[in-house]
Amino acid sequence: MELLSGGEMIARALQDEGVEFIYGYPGGAVLHIYDALFKESSIPHILVRHEQAATHAADGYARATGKPGVVLVTSGPGATNAITGIATAYMDSIPMVVLSGQVQSHLIGEDAFQETDMVGISRPIVKHSFLVQRAEDIPATIKKAFHIATSGRPGPVVVDIPKDLTKPDEKHAYEYPGSVKMRSYNPASRGHSGQTKKAVKLLLGAKRPVIYSGGGVILGNSSELLTELAQMLNYPVTNTLMGLGAYPATDRQFLGMLGMHGFYEANMAMHHADVILAVGARLDDRVTNTVDKFCPSAKIIHIDIDPTSISKTVQADIPIVGPVDAVLKDMMSLINQQREEQPDLPDAVALERWWQQIEQWRAAHGLWTAPRYETGGPIKPQQVIESLYRVTDGEAFVTSDVGQHQMFAAQYYKFDKPRRWINSGGLGTMGFGLPSAMGVKLAFPDSDVACVTGEGSIQMNIQELSTCSQYGIPVKIINLHNGYLGMVKQWQDMQYEGRHSESAYSNSLPDFVKLAEAYGHVGIHIEDRAELDAKMEEAFALKDKLVFVDVMVDPAEHVYPMHVAPNGSMADMWLSKTERT
Amino acid sequence: MRRIISVLLENEPGALSRVVGLFSQRGYNIETLNVAPTEDTTLSRLTVTTIGDDRKIEQITKQLNKLVDVVKLVDLTEGAHIERDLMLIKVRATGAQRAEIKRCTDIFRGQIVDVGPSVYTIMLSGTADKLDSFVEAMGDAAILEVVRSGVAGIARGEKVLRL
Repeated sequence: MELLSGGEMIARALQDEGVEFIYGYPGGAVLHIYDALFKESSIPHILVRHEQAATHAADGYARATGKPGVVLVTSGPGATNAITGIATAYMDSIPMVVLSGQVQSHLIGEDAFQETDMVGISRPIVKHSFLVQRAEDIPATIKKAFHIATSGRPGPVVVDIPKDLTKPDEKHAYEYPGSVKMRSYNPASRGHSGQTKKAVKLLLGAKRPVIYSGGGVILGNSSELLTELAQMLNYPVTNTLMGLGAYPATDRQFLGMLGMHGFYEANMAMHHADVILAVGARLDDRVTNTVDKFCPSAKIIHIDIDPTSISKTVQADIPIVGPVDAVLKDMMSLINQQREEQPDLPDAVALERWWQQIEQWRAAHGLWTAPRYETGGPIKPQQVIESLYRVTDGEAFVTSDVGQHQMFAAQYYKFDKPRRWINSGGLGTMGFGLPSAMGVKLAFPDSDVACVTGEGSIQMNIQELSTCSQYGIPVKIINLHNGYLGMVKQWQDMQYEGRHSESAYSNSLPDFVKLAEAYGHVGIHIEDRAELDAKMEEAFALKDKLVFVDVMVDPAEHVYPMHVAPNGSMADMWLSKTERT
Repeated sequence: MRRIISVLLENEPGALSRVVGLFSQRGYNIETLNVAPTEDTTLSRLTVTTIGDDRKIEQITKQLNKLVDVVKLVDLTEGAHIERDLMLIKVRATGAQRAEIKRCTDIFRGQIVDVGPSVYTIMLSGTADKLDSFVEAMGDAAILEVVRSGVAGIARGEKVLRL
């Protein structure tokens, strides 16, 4: 058996695990590991400019590829800087392994230089964590970390490694385990067949069904199965913010996104449904609005790999714990069986009437059936997204930051494929967009990758323009520039009588074109609506260049629909500044 | 409603903090907590008493089960079970009170385990209710110090919680 130092074992284990990229930042506690990477490793390492960006880049990579992202940071500030990114991944169930350096074992607890209790600090925002105690445990611990991060409901796993365990002069027998068995960790591999039968019966008896699918469908690689199920039944589908792309947006059966800024027809259909099939979604507060008023006449079938997601906020009538793909497959074969016996299921007349109702809603206030914003005057943010959609043929990977631009992107970019829409849904992390776009672009160098952002968010990780220079990462940044923290301003307009407390930048913003140029990139400024498509095309024509597209948009624009809160139901929405349902 | 949840936990560093952290992070109550290794030194047995309606308790047990370090758990209050809390209580015992305290201890089937010129230390075990009653019987004035183990529990009959 080969003898390796702790540092070398880490480098080798990552290689044996098939890791494609390491996103990281060196420092004292990880220098042995970095030396081993230098000497041993063939895995490209991306040196970010801030550890938060390393976690977001790994996260973007994971969302786009389905493989776990890998991060390497040093102890103390390196570890704490990674925290926001770990929490972001945790909230959206993204597989990630974070290796953090720790001070030497004998110094732990003594407030040593750059010491922080990483396992303690990260505890509430990880799926699991390890503090490695013996160098010989490194390979097995890394194997376990990847196993836990990627199986069941995925999530980030932290492996904290004291510096002395990675010393170059102490060698240990290295063998990377082929598989893992843990007596305390066995995620469900199938759904309960009795529950699935009950669910199918309820589903086929529905008169006003809605399929409500979330990020779990994408994480569980079940988009095709979901699409097949929906189309064999002709049932309407709505996706959550995290689930966009799970069902093709351009298909007739798609109702658009649901929730706080969801489509009118999606929210109305949910509210009036008699049966809801919730798949890999967690009925969170941005979807349900007031829980007591949520879908008053609906029976809820809830499929999720994580039992804690079921009946956490809304009581499920038929809970099914299991991986989405296995459960959907079981359901489909049961549906086929059932329909052989009863070919008149589901009730075609009722379904036809339901679709008529939905089409009326769609025609009345659907975002895609007619322009829902003014088409004169300054450029509207929605138009920018529509232009982006046209120019990229709907095929781009779109990452976003957090705020109005995120909602406009979710509403107006029609995602037909899973893993193309990359955003921080659960934690709502500003600063996510650019670094996650880097992770996506590195994994898919031949695809268009756009980061839709705003002046607030982009400045939270704008230092990564330098990383993009170093590694030649030609993402396209689409900055919806309105001079405000737009979503904060919108709430202040609506609920605080327009008092814009600390949400305006006055004249403090940089010239983003010059800023991009200072890093060696290209900047394009757009103010005139007539130039929008042409300049957008110009940006995407520059295949090998990072282009910062700074688009001046109407600061008065709000995101609609918007749930009326507090105490509103899903059907209570603002449709514009003056119209309410 | 009060529940007693019994947990088999990997005897790993940090495992206990994950359980305790879960309760504070999600706003659940811990009334008592008792933890010690079992006959299998790789496992700890943890008993936690908590209060909540059925839905909350269901979430608590599901969230606990989700922790990687939790091997198995059972809500003891769902069936017949035995619960014991151990108390060491130091009381002021002078003059005529000494006999009175001794009598009361006997009634509760406690034991005086240490005697000083003016204090008794009494050991008492039983349900949490019983210990509360004894504390009340002693009266505030006499009590110098109270230590309780928290509830430890086990199911009655053939039911066992093990690997």
